[in-house]
Parts: sequence; C-alpha cells; structure tokens
Amino acid sequence: MSPGAPLAAGAAGPMTPEPLRVRSLRRETADTWTVSLDVSRRPGGFPFQPGQFNMLYVFGVGEVAISISGDPGRPAELLHTVRTVGAATHALRGIGRGGTLGVRGPYGRPWPMEEARGQDVVVVAGGLGLAPLRPAILHLLRHRAEYGRVSVLVGARTPEDLPFRRELARWQEDSRLRVLVTVDKASPGWTEHVGVVPALLSDVEVDPARTVALMCGPEVMMRFTVRELERRGVPDARIHLSLERNMKCAVGFCGHCQLVPYFVCKDGPVFPYEKLRPFINLREV
Amino acid sequence: MPPPLPPLEHHPFLRGLSPEQVSAIACGIRELSFPAGALLLREGEQADTLYLLRSGRVVLELNVPGRGTTQLETLKAGDILGLSWLFPPYRWSLDARAVEPVDAFALDASCMRGPTPEHPVLEPALAMRLLRHLYDRLERVRLQRLDVYKAGA
Amino acid sequence: MPEVTSSAPEEGRAQLSLEQFAALLAALRGEGWRLVGPTVRDGALVHEDISGAEELPRGWTEVQEAGTYRLARREDGALFGYSVGPKSWKHLLFVPRLRLMSAHREAEGFRVESEPTEPPRLALIGARSCDLHAIAVQDRTFLEGPYKDPDYAARRERLFVVAVNCGQAGGTCFCVSMRTGPRATFGFDIALTEVLEGGHRFLAEAGSERGAALLSRLEARPASEEDIQAADAVVERTAQSMGRTMDTTDIKGLLYRNLEHPRWDDVAQRCLACTNCTLVCPTCFCSTVEDTSDLRGDVAERWRRWDSCFTLDHSYLHGGNVRHTIRGRYRQWLTHKVASWWDQFGTSGCIGCGRCITWCPVGIDITEEVAAIRATDGARSGA
Repeated sequence: MSPGAPLAAGAAGPMTPEPLRVRSLRRETADTWTVSLDVSRRPGGFPFQPGQFNMLYVFGVGEVAISISGDPGRPAELLHTVRTVGAATHALRGIGRGGTLGVRGPYGRPWPMEEARGQDVVVVAGGLGLAPLRPAILHLLRHRAEYGRVSVLVGARTPEDLPFRRELARWQEDSRLRVLVTVDKASPGWTEHVGVVPALLSDVEVDPARTVALMCGPEVMMRFTVRELERRGVPDARIHLSLERNMKCAVGFCGHCQLVPYFVCKDGPVFPYEKLRPFINLREV
Repeated sequence: MPPPLPPLEHHPFLRGLSPEQVSAIACGIRELSFPAGALLLREGEQADTLYLLRSGRVVLELNVPGRGTTQLETLKAGDILGLSWLFPPYRWSLDARAVEPVDAFALDASCMRGPTPEHPVLEPALAMRLLRHLYDRLERVRLQRLDVYKAGA
Repeated sequence: MPEVTSSAPEEGRAQLSLEQFAALLAALRGEGWRLVGPTVRDGALVHEDISGAEELPRGWTEVQEAGTYRLARREDGALFGYSVGPKSWKHLLFVPRLRLMSAHREAEGFRVESEPTEPPRLALIGARSCDLHAIAVQDRTFLEGPYKDPDYAARRERLFVVAVNCGQAGGTCFCVSMRTGPRATFGFDIALTEVLEGGHRFLAEAGSERGAALLSRLEARPASEEDIQAADAVVERTAQSMGRTMDTTDIKGLLYRNLEHPRWDDVAQRCLACTNCTLVCPTCFCSTVEDTSDLRGDVAERWRRWDSCFTLDHSYLHGGNVRHTIRGRYRQWLTHKVASWWDQFGTSGCIGCGRCITWCPVGIDITEEVAAIRATDGARSGA
C-alpha cells in the first residue's frame, strides 16, 4: 500500500512545511485538543490513509509528529488530536483559532484496511492511541458491509482522560460496532469497566482464523494485549501495532526513530507484530 | 428475549471438566440474580460463596476514608468472584457491587475449601483453575498499577 | 556525476608524470572545479580547499592505531602516502550544518522560504575506495529511498572525483575484509595509482567520459603492461598489509542474536559516549533539526545539524529516553552499522576505513568488539 503523495516532495524539499490556518480547536480532555486545519485552498483537500501522521510546525518553536485523527473519507477536513506534553505541543495549543501551523505529510505506513477486508476487526486503543485509530474506525463504519464483526476496545487513565467521549458514546449506541471502554481509575458514578484493556478482550468473541487487530497505545499496554490475543490464537502477522519513537524528519533521513532494522517513520508507524517480535521486548532498542 | 444463559458446566471456569469433577467442586448451587446497585460481597462479612458470573458486570470497590469509594476492577460474565473463603479468617476483603443486572451461580465454599477433614486436599482441577485465574488477575493488576497513560509515564 | 564503470579498457589507462598530474589539477581548476584534497592542518591530514598539487602532503604519512593518530615523515616524496585522515568527504555532501528554510511572519500567519541549493562544483582529489563506498552508502540514505534530500542531491551532482588507489594501509584499516578496497572500482572520473619505485609517477584510469576526455587533453602516454603491473603491485601490497580484519560471515545474524551479549556491558564500561566515532564515520547520517526565531519573533529558521546516536536526547520520547544507558547506545551504533544497515539499505554501513578506531579516545575497536561477540556467540548478559 503506498502512502499518499507527500505534499512537500517538490523543489521545496521534504523538510519544508506548508502553512495552514487553524479553523477550530475542540477540547477533548484537560490536556488534549483536536485541531482542525483549513485545507480549503488545497485542491482535493488533504487526502490521507488511516494511521498516517503529519509533522506539525509551530513558528519558531519546532515540529512534532502528530497522527491524523480525522475521517479519511472527508479529505476537506484535516484533524489532529494533540496532547500538550512538551514545548512544541504546548506552543501548538497556544496557536488558537485563526493562527497558522506548518504542516508536512502525510507520512508513514497506514493501517492495513485492505488486508482486513472481509475479516473481523478488533480495534484496541489506549489513551490518545485512539487518535490514529479514529480514522480506521470511521473507515470501517463507512465501508461497514465489507468487514465482519468490528469491536472497539478503549482504555484510559480516568473517565475524564477519554478523548472523543461524545463520539464514543454514539459508537456505543451504534449496532454496527461493539464498543467497550475501561479506565484504570474510576471516579464515583462511572458505570463502564474498571481495569486494563486486555481484560476487555474476554468480552469479545475472537475467531483467530478471521481476526485482524489494530492497536495503538502505550507500548506496555500493547505488549500485554498482544499476549492476550496470542492466548486467543490470533497469529502475530495479523496483530498490527502503531509505535511511537522520536521522529524528527519523518522521511528516513535523521535516524532518530530507529527500532533495530526499522525506521518507525517510514517502515511504520504501523507494524505487524511478527516484524516486531524479535525486538519489542528488548530494553533500549 | 435474550438467549438463555448457559448451564453451570459451560461456565468458562468449569468448562472442560468431567461431570464427576464438576460435582466434586460444585455443591449447594444457587442461581441468583442481582439488580443494578446490589452488593454481592460486603467487606468484613463471612466469605462462604464462590460466584460464577453469567451475565452483567460487577465492580470491586474499596471504601477509602476521605476519598470515598474507589472502584478497583470490573468483573463480568465468565469471570469468578469471591475468593476470601480460601483462607482464614474467611471474610470478604472488599465490596462487590452489581453495575448492571447480574446473573450468577453461587457455589457453597464449604465443598471446595481445603484442607479440611472432609476435603483433605483442594480438588486439583479446581486448584489449577484458581491459580490460572489469580495469575491473570495479577497480570492485570501489574499493568494497571503502571499507570501507563500518565503524561511522561 | 561519476559514472560506474566496469573494468576500464586498456586504452583508458595512461601514465602521468608528476608534472602531468599537476596539470590535471590545474585543468580541473581551469574548468571551474573547486579542488578539495588532502592537506596538513593542525597535525592531521584533512580534506580542505587546495589550489594545486603543491599543497598536497608531499612526504607525509600518518601513524594510526586504536586511539592514536600522528603525522610522520616519509622517506620519499609521495603525495598520497597515507591512508585516511579524520575527515572523509561526508561534510561536503551531507553538510554538518544546513539551513533548511526560513519562515517570515506576516499579517496572517507566516510564509515559508525554502533554501536555494546552489552548491559549488567540487573536484575531490585523492578519494579512497573506502570513501567512495561510503558515498554510495550515503546515496542510499539520501537519494534512493522514497524521499530525496535536495541539498545532498545537488551537491552530489556537482562532483568530479579523482580517486587514488591506496599505496599504503593504515594501522586501523580493514577495507579488504569489507570488500571496499583498496582499489577504487566505481564512483570516480579518474582513478590514480601513485607509483614510487622506478620513478615517481601515476597510473591513471578513466572512469567516465569526461575523465577520459580530461586525460586525453593531458597528452599522457598510454600505460604499458609494465606500468599497469607496477601499479597493481602497489595496490596488492596494500591489500596484504591491512591493519585490521573483520569477519563478516553472517554478521547481521550474529549481531541480532546477540543483542543481550555481555560484551555490551563490557564496552559500555569503556565508551565515553563522546560521539567521535559517529562524527568521523563517513556513513553515519543522523541529524537533528533546530528551530530558532529572531528576538522580535518575525523570522524563524530551521537548521539541520549532525547528531549522534550516542547522545541521550537522540532517542527522546516525551518524558524519557529509549536508550538511557551507554550500553544501549553503543549497541545501537554497532548493531546499526554492521547489521541493521543491511535491512535498511541492503548494504553494510561499515566500509572498513578504521576512523572510528583511530579517533576513539579510549581506543574501542569495532573489529575487536565484533570478534569478541563472535568468539562467545550466544552468551547472555544478566543485565
């Protein structure tokens, strides 16, 4: 599957961002925002594939790799969901409506939506890991008849830390999806699950012969979930993980995001577990 | 009309055991239903029952003075609930509350508890399944206490 | 751009006198090429701008050992009587510091100006086979992936390469075992072999049409069978006197199955994580990006500069670093260099120049580290 044509591949060079205006900002959680960028001046909008990311540039501050969290079927809208954790993401949050961000992308290997066609799909999201999976879920809903059972398992620290909460509630009402939500720490009144994401798997019917798992979240959470899926007999070629590493250039030049043989930016960020198995449990790779 | 609930021997905790093994483990079986909000276990009370959850969800709660009720973990259909009957002083160590209507088999712990003069050893099949269950729960707790979603965690 | 040659035809070889060699450099200058070649500076042989043959390190050589480098006098007047100095050609193609763009604040947002790339036309004088291999290795990173680095590409296109087949192996060289030398086989316009016995002269071989054209303008006499044999003997002698060897048998498998080998703990005790090896390595390509703005906040710039996997920040992931110990970082470097490079680029990242050995302040020797792991293949560290 070839990624969408990068927007800055011309004479300007792959490291040059394109300025785009912030159309709106929506608060997801105390520290997480969804930023909508105006792509109305670009012919065809901003096409991308589920699981791809962009490099977002804040004037004079720096650049950060952020997953595209919008609907791949609606390229006229470009969404990123950003958690304010460092200098660039704080500055990004400070831009505000009407401000301008630099964008280059889309980059990276997407979720295997083609390969998953005709299969049951188990989507496993931890925390903001839901952001790169949201385009996959929207794709599945748009092409619902082409897939088997679709389960979405979502974990977060607390109920207040769940991104896309209203949409999650809508999905829970949607008979085309089975959506289970769990938190590590519940507040009083919480009536969904309390506990870790892998525990939700026991509530999902998994037919190992026809299940594809798409997973994004903290690496430890993913390792535990992979183990649970393996117990259920899902082959590791069909368990797909989206990894996070230090991505500076996103085009395979800078060397920062290496994971032994891979450049996470261009060989990933989505990998089948069979490719990660030899390395993922090692320290400091 | 929901499909009928599977019988006792099909519960994941017992599935695969011979009828003899099931009858050795399970005695005084009651089929119970709890409305949402009902307490299945109450901290400090005598622990004499193993629940095999058949439908619905149960949350384990601990009252922390000053912080109110803390929800620790959700158990659901297919899980087992209540193991404090295994060891003295045979009292529940936390509360378990139905989050939604719950159906469960309640097994009398006296048939399983051991070693006693009547049951000199814990039934091996039961012991292995309890170990497996406890190990799974231990793994979950390890992951949960890592607090993996914390910023910079 | 130099064209790859198969074996050069006999008629493409010529015998150059010292005067003709000097004329060759002068001719290149005359054609507008900026000459970059070896010259003595700060006690080392480095590649710098030179004006002609007179600035070459005549009569100098170097003594290299693990953690040791010093210049020494030769008893003859060889111009290329050394192996490789600290600088490869990397800094001329993958430049250490590069402005990628500038951004200018405007009433609404900002405007981005990418940097024009009009690099100089450089003639590399005295490129060794290992370094030509290194350039080919970096080509795979910057030109042959899904994205092209425009600055590298532009610089790469404006090169004239005068290679020199090594007449002497350095104390830390191991190109023979890496199959990267000592004879230049591709990537040059002209390749020279400096012959000292029986009169100081050069055997010249064209590697491209423009190289051949230039040689023909020098009106050099065609090389005789004896000339060629004399030059071959020089290269053969060099090949026989390598300072080091590295057994590359299944080296990727070896490293991949020994990621928990106790040798990593051992080398971590010695390694200072000073980054020297990555800076002198002609294939290391890590870089970082720095964004700056002027005090008024009207103009922002983005600069790329060399980085090293030995720095803690290299593997920064919000809140921590993936490779937080020197053990992890040295393992990353060595494993990448000789093993995962194969997966990434279909080639070894190590070309056997030995610079990382010479310039390591504590004398860590990549060939020794690989050999140590090989000797106890499968051992596991408890760490």
